[in-house]
Amino acid sequence: MTKLLASGGEFVAPGVKDFFLPPIFGSVTKPMVLLVLSIVIIAVFFIAATRNLKVVPGKFQFAAESLYDFGRNNIAREQIGSKDFKPFIPLILTIFTFILVNNLFGLIPIVQFPTMSHIGFPLAVSLLVVYPVYHFVGFKRHGFVGYLKHQTIPPGAPWFVLPLLIPIEFFQKFILNPLTLAIRVFAAMFAGHLLLLVFTLAGEFLLLNGGLTVIVAPVSFAFAIALTFLEALIMCLQAYIFALLSASYIGMALAEEH
Amino acid sequence: MDTLILAAEGPVNPVIPHTSEIILGLVAFLLLLFVIKKFVSPRFEALYEERTAKIEGGIEKAEQAQAEAQRALEQYKEQLAEARAEAARIRDDARAEGLQIVEEMREQAQAESARIVAQGQHQLDAQRAQIVAELRADLGRTAVELASKVVGESLEDDSRRRGTVDRFLNELDAVAAPASK
Repeated sequence: MTKLLASGGEFVAPGVKDFFLPPIFGSVTKPMVLLVLSIVIIAVFFIAATRNLKVVPGKFQFAAESLYDFGRNNIAREQIGSKDFKPFIPLILTIFTFILVNNLFGLIPIVQFPTMSHIGFPLAVSLLVVYPVYHFVGFKRHGFVGYLKHQTIPPGAPWFVLPLLIPIEFFQKFILNPLTLAIRVFAAMFAGHLLLLVFTLAGEFLLLNGGLTVIVAPVSFAFAIALTFLEALIMCLQAYIFALLSASYIGMALAEEH
Repeated sequence: MDTLILAAEGPVNPVIPHTSEIILGLVAFLLLLFVIKKFVSPRFEALYEERTAKIEGGIEKAEQAQAEAQRALEQYKEQLAEARAEAARIRDDARAEGLQIVEEMREQAQAESARIVAQGQHQLDAQRAQIVAELRADLGRTAVELASKVVGESLEDDSRRRGTVDRFLNELDAVAAPASK
């Protein structure tokens, strides 16, 4: 670092400010535009794919079907159980595709911004959609007291640990779950984008601002490229985890026994 | 609200959510959810049902066809067996009937031949008797005429004449009988 600075110019490390760019117009910011774009993309994709469904699918229909199948069978049915999963398919599919597309914006050239790195968006989904939904269906299924018992007392727990267990379970199920759900994807996107920024900007700095440091610039760019692949994996994984956990919370709330 | 405060403070804390983003995120998500729930999911589910129905329908149809073929085969086999039994029965009947007919014919023919033989015998007997009677009368008269011509009047007496003739004829019979036997 000292050597870097000695060669002239000062390297300004990317930070939080890079996530809060000035509004495009009025108070509309880049992530807001991207968010709206994402739902338009998903809606148009699915509506176009399902306009003329055939029993024997074509390529385009097959792609849409695979995505739908993934949300339906691999996430919703696995986690909620084949008895109750049908009504939740649209919710799980929407969560998965919504998070996925907004994450992938981080890799698309020019766009290059993962919407979910603004905590407000995942929080809206987890706290205002998933959280009310799974508690609502739980209360509806088990009754008020029944559901509280169902959620806070794990079956088979010995009586003497209950005073310790009940507060922990309550804290986890009613306060922590929606927050961790949102923070998980937010943090992954934030950190991932920051890493990419660091390596890309550092490479640029090394290339432009120095004498001998130019030779290490390709290393920095290579890391940026490698991290891009890693990010692609993490983006898909985070979308999958978000949908999976949402389905899992619903499944647990509906389950007869743990 | 948060945005305003944060903007006023200068450096932004990324962990504090912006109210505007939460609202926009929620609205956008619910809109997308609505579209998927209203248009996408029902279409896919309908497709899945159709696909399932088609596959199950195909299997059921194939099973039905197989069962029908089996039924037809059994029916044919049954009919074939029936026909064979019928043919065998008819053949047996025909053979029995033929035997009976032959037997009847033979009996009839035998009866007829017996009747013809008997009739012939009878006719023969009658002719013979007639011839014997004619001959007897003729021979008697001829003999008497010859005798009377030879002996004269001595045999004019009726009773004696008959006795003589009878005796003669009996002797003749006795001579002829061994020859006829």
